[in-house]
Amino acid sequence: MSTVTQSPLPSPLRHRSIAGRKAADLIVKILSWIGALAGIAVMALVLYEVVIRGLKAWNVAFFTQPVPLDPMSTGGGMANAIVGTLVITAGAALIAIPIGFMAGVYLAEYGRNGRVATGVRMVANVVMGVPSIIVGVFAFAILVKPLHHYSGFAGSVALAFLMLPVMARTTEDILNLVPNELRESGLAMGAPRWRVTLKVVCKAARGGLITGATLAIVRVAGETAPLLFTALSSPYWITGLFGPGGYFGGPVANLTKTIFDMSGSPFPHMQSLAWGGALFIIVFVLGLNILVRLLFQRGKEW
Amino acid sequence: MVGIKVDEPTQIQGPGVVVPPRLEVAEDRRGGGEDFASLPSEISVRGLDFFYGKEQALFDNHIEIKKNRVTAVIGPSGCGKSTHLRTFNRIFNLYRDQRATGEIMFDGTNILSSQVDLLDLRRRIGMIFQKPSPFPMTVFDNVAYGLRQHYRLSRSELSSRVEEALKRSAIWDEVKHKLGEPGNALSGGQQQRLCIARAIAAEPDVLLMDEPCSAIDPVATAKIEELILELKNKYTIVLVTHNMQQAARVSDYTAFFFQGRIIEFGDTTQIFSNPAEKQTEEYITGRFG
Repeated sequence: MSTVTQSPLPSPLRHRSIAGRKAADLIVKILSWIGALAGIAVMALVLYEVVIRGLKAWNVAFFTQPVPLDPMSTGGGMANAIVGTLVITAGAALIAIPIGFMAGVYLAEYGRNGRVATGVRMVANVVMGVPSIIVGVFAFAILVKPLHHYSGFAGSVALAFLMLPVMARTTEDILNLVPNELRESGLAMGAPRWRVTLKVVCKAARGGLITGATLAIVRVAGETAPLLFTALSSPYWITGLFGPGGYFGGPVANLTKTIFDMSGSPFPHMQSLAWGGALFIIVFVLGLNILVRLLFQRGKEW
Repeated sequence: MVGIKVDEPTQIQGPGVVVPPRLEVAEDRRGGGEDFASLPSEISVRGLDFFYGKEQALFDNHIEIKKNRVTAVIGPSGCGKSTHLRTFNRIFNLYRDQRATGEIMFDGTNILSSQVDLLDLRRRIGMIFQKPSPFPMTVFDNVAYGLRQHYRLSRSELSSRVEEALKRSAIWDEVKHKLGEPGNALSGGQQQRLCIARAIAAEPDVLLMDEPCSAIDPVATAKIEELILELKNKYTIVLVTHNMQQAARVSDYTAFFFQGRIIEFGDTTQIFSNPAEKQTEEYITGRFG
């Protein structure tokens, strides 16, 4: 329908040097290799150090005994701190995952580019950038100060506060990957919006959503700062829900704060336990990461 | 009227291009000989305008969709044919900035009125999309989706209706041993027929098809075209297609859209052999578009 305009070629064409282009290609290639290697090398060094030193601390006692009360002792382990971290993190996940999921559904399915959604999205992005120690202070102000005691729950709330925006934004991003045809097909069947969202859209994005939730957990599992003012630390086992040794009632042992304390200790055995704890966190975080990736990234996901 | 002469200038038949097998023009082709005015209309569109934000996409559309006939909507890309179709079940309501004004009469009410129950409207007016979009569930659950949504059925009733819908969609034999498998494990053509089964299982009156064959291979296309001819005995079908041969093969009436306006609407045979409008003629002979 349109006629092709035939413009005369500028005469005669001068070639650019092939050798020059090849050299530029090689230089860029080498630079990017150096960048990649530098990043990997740092990671590898850290891992190597933690694995070598941490493994020395790993024995039966490490996984079964609580933190030794006497810093001069050569016994004891990290078991109470491991349990405490699992409890605090699980508590945070229970709070943040459902709320964050719903917030993500709102952003992706209902709010979209509306004024409320834009505001929520901006706040979430800002909160993701807030230093975690400030979140710890916040939880201290709302839960520790008024109640006059530290608690594992306060630690969970601080971690949940960090997880929430991550969970909301990953949920939103993943739901946005679901093609609109699927939403339209669901609605075209005469199904109400909420059913299409939950039974069709979220089901299609299931793998991604689970991955997102796990990564949100992983994101906070290694946090120390938010726990400094909230869960604090304890040499004892968590004793239940309430009472001075309980989740809601008092300080709860956790890995990161315990590592923080022990690594500053002058005693070699304490330092060794700290390395062991560090290794445990890395294995936990890496393990979860790899597990969900293996389970849900088979290319079939949206 | 038998034997429609269709020029095929838009079909670029270069090397390696697979040409769909030509279907015989169906014996029971209506249109042409019948009295258009006396046929009952399923949907009557009057003065339909459509807007994407501030941009107007449809201008004063008028069309009568006849009951138990296949109405094809053709036109170049971006002419508004899909937009037009998407007003019939108000699926455009998913997007905030899209709106339609005018009148689309269906069973005595204006579809565009805010009082219309969208869930019921969409049960009665089903839709097939360009890309096969099986839900992330089993073949059986896909077809049962609309049934469960709209009706209270016993287990045995449900499965017999699912079977019936799959049979009417000419896919039963291919999937009867795969009912428990995920719907998106089927081939593209099968997925599209599964979606047709899913739509007709809910007992609609009208089927909207938005380029249902554009994402599938020629053999599967032939099957779906056959199916369309079969289905019009029970349903009213509106078919948007960019494939003019397809419109000629399966439709009774054809509307030609250009730049948001219905340039010409009439009996398919006449549109393709003796169009009244110059633009229609230029389009079907491939001089533009």
